[in-house]
Amino acid sequence: MKGTVASFIAKSTVKTADLEHRRKINFNIEKYNAVVPQGKQQFSDLKLAREGAKNVKWRAVENLASYLEEFEKQITAHGAKVIWAETGEQALVEIGKICKKKKCKTLVKSKSMVTEEIHLNAFLAKHGIQSVETDLGEYIQQLAGEPPYHIVTPAMHKSKEDVAKLFSEKLGTSPDLSPGQLTMVARKTLREKYVQAEVGVTGANFIVADIGAVAITENEGNARLCCAWPKTHIVIAGIEKMLPSLNDLGLFWPLLATYGTGQKLTVYNTLVCGPRRTNENDGPDEMYVILLDNGRTNLLADAKTREALYCIRCGACLNACPVYKNIGGHSYETAYSGPIGSVITPHLKRMNDYKHLSYASSLCGNCTEVCAVKIDLHQLLLENRHEAVKRGYSRLSERIAWKIWKKAGLSRKMMNMGSGWLKNWTVNKMFRGWRKHRSSLSFSQKTFNELWKERNNN
Amino acid sequence: MNVQIFIPCFIDQLYPSVGFSMVKVLEKAGCNVKYNPDQTCCGQPAFNAGFWGDAKDVCIKFIKDFSGEDYIVAPSASCVGFVRNYYSRLFDNSSYHNDVKQLNERLFEFSEFMIKILGVDDVGATLEARATYHDSCAGLRECKIKSEPRQLLNKVKGLELVEMNDVETCCGFGGTFAVKFEPISIAMADQKLTHAIETNAKYIISTDMSCLMHLDGYIKHKGAIIEVMHLAEVLANF
Repeated sequence: MKGTVASFIAKSTVKTADLEHRRKINFNIEKYNAVVPQGKQQFSDLKLAREGAKNVKWRAVENLASYLEEFEKQITAHGAKVIWAETGEQALVEIGKICKKKKCKTLVKSKSMVTEEIHLNAFLAKHGIQSVETDLGEYIQQLAGEPPYHIVTPAMHKSKEDVAKLFSEKLGTSPDLSPGQLTMVARKTLREKYVQAEVGVTGANFIVADIGAVAITENEGNARLCCAWPKTHIVIAGIEKMLPSLNDLGLFWPLLATYGTGQKLTVYNTLVCGPRRTNENDGPDEMYVILLDNGRTNLLADAKTREALYCIRCGACLNACPVYKNIGGHSYETAYSGPIGSVITPHLKRMNDYKHLSYASSLCGNCTEVCAVKIDLHQLLLENRHEAVKRGYSRLSERIAWKIWKKAGLSRKMMNMGSGWLKNWTVNKMFRGWRKHRSSLSFSQKTFNELWKERNNN
Repeated sequence: MNVQIFIPCFIDQLYPSVGFSMVKVLEKAGCNVKYNPDQTCCGQPAFNAGFWGDAKDVCIKFIKDFSGEDYIVAPSASCVGFVRNYYSRLFDNSSYHNDVKQLNERLFEFSEFMIKILGVDDVGATLEARATYHDSCAGLRECKIKSEPRQLLNKVKGLELVEMNDVETCCGFGGTFAVKFEPISIAMADQKLTHAIETNAKYIISTDMSCLMHLDGYIKHKGAIIEVMHLAEVLANF
């Protein structure tokens, strides 16, 4: 068994048995489930809104090359510099160069999954740069030395008591602080970092082609400080974050807020169109936008999987996924977890190493049901499975088993062969995994087919 | 009315009585039940495993076995949902395109057929018990079946139907998933069973024997005091 699969199974086995983990996740997702319907009420026709959003993303992705060029042209005209990175490594090298030029010792960053994808923090640490996560959830995760557990709510698996304990261990605060007090502790520490930092890094929730802007959505105002206070602002954005027009935000901001956190609108929605201009008082002197491919064009190249690029990273599919809820975000060992992670990771990284994630689904379809932009997620999992088989990434035993299955499926005679006893013995031996926590399967001595023929004397 | 029945492979092999229960109910409702003895499987197992080529050959056999004009009824939303939503994808741009389209106009899951086509919700069944209904994912999301089984169960004399929490969450079966990712599948079964037991029901009833096979296995392993029953078995209790 490949290392990635074995590790996934080992980690998920531990998590599924952890009832305290189950309790915390169910508790936190129940809170999410309670508020989302309230957010949805702002849409007079939710179905239409979601379909409309899907159409916009379809247009953006189908014409991605020209929208990217338009974006580059516009934002460059505003004084930002655009850097195209084909791989994560290229992006890191560019960031390294900028940091060196700016003699950066401290870097503040907002919450950004793409920085997790390219392992930015590890890279910076290696180069002696302190990277400070300023989103409270990410700050908690950084203190704990863990990657984000969830793409929207990174510390979802921690109770308020867990966080108080962590702060006490790492920062020496009293172990019984309330969430409000803990926030004040983080705020005090972080405020100093904004002032010290030479460079601020943000991701992008959307990049807007027609006005050449980066749109950042957040609830804490920390991203705004990251891109306004330090002298240099670096944006890292996946190329699929594209929206054709400023007008599209009227739909996408409320949609992201509602599906992400049940809000009508997230507290801070910022549009950054470039660095500080000569007649302006605030803002960075320089702004860089790194447009990252890192495997996204693999998804783009295939018409069947292209739809996965519509994702706005609201996290709704994670919250809806019974597999995610049982194994938790860390078992996936990928930057993007949950259904969307299982769909895109085999294409962003290596199919053979991550195809197991597409099989680790009961195909219940709830992800597709809740997707803000109506991506057919569970069908894409099936596409991935098919793709893996087509590329020959299946075991010989499996290929033989399906050939035998096909033979039986094409022959009624074969399906009536053997007694129930024989079938019980064979099948229960073959599928030992079934019996680990389930009673044995019990075949009927005669099939329905045989019994029907007896009943009707033919 | 002539009705062709499709008996899914695992019902054929493991639970023939569920098939006969459905026959009994359909006959009571006035149908002339026909069974093509050549039938085997809808092809879903290989398709879900990614082996679309192997699946396709079995799917073609299914299309041929169920040609004609009659309605086709199956005691499984999983198989019906698969044919409905994936055959068109498999046979897109092929000579089977029209056959698939026509097949899907005639194919129904059992409870759906009772309510939508026959318009019968009371067959005179009795079950003196408290029960909870499990929405199979295929029923709920692939076939959009939610009210039909409940409407039928509400007419069963003596039956008290109690809804469980998180009723729309998957039970964790998922075909080979149940074996390949056994710990996850079992954890999902455990949460489902916990919710079912909280209702104090004696039975978990569903349109899908595949979910019930998995849940029943776990129930027996745990020694829990609750039983599973297919909807057809409940309705055949007259």
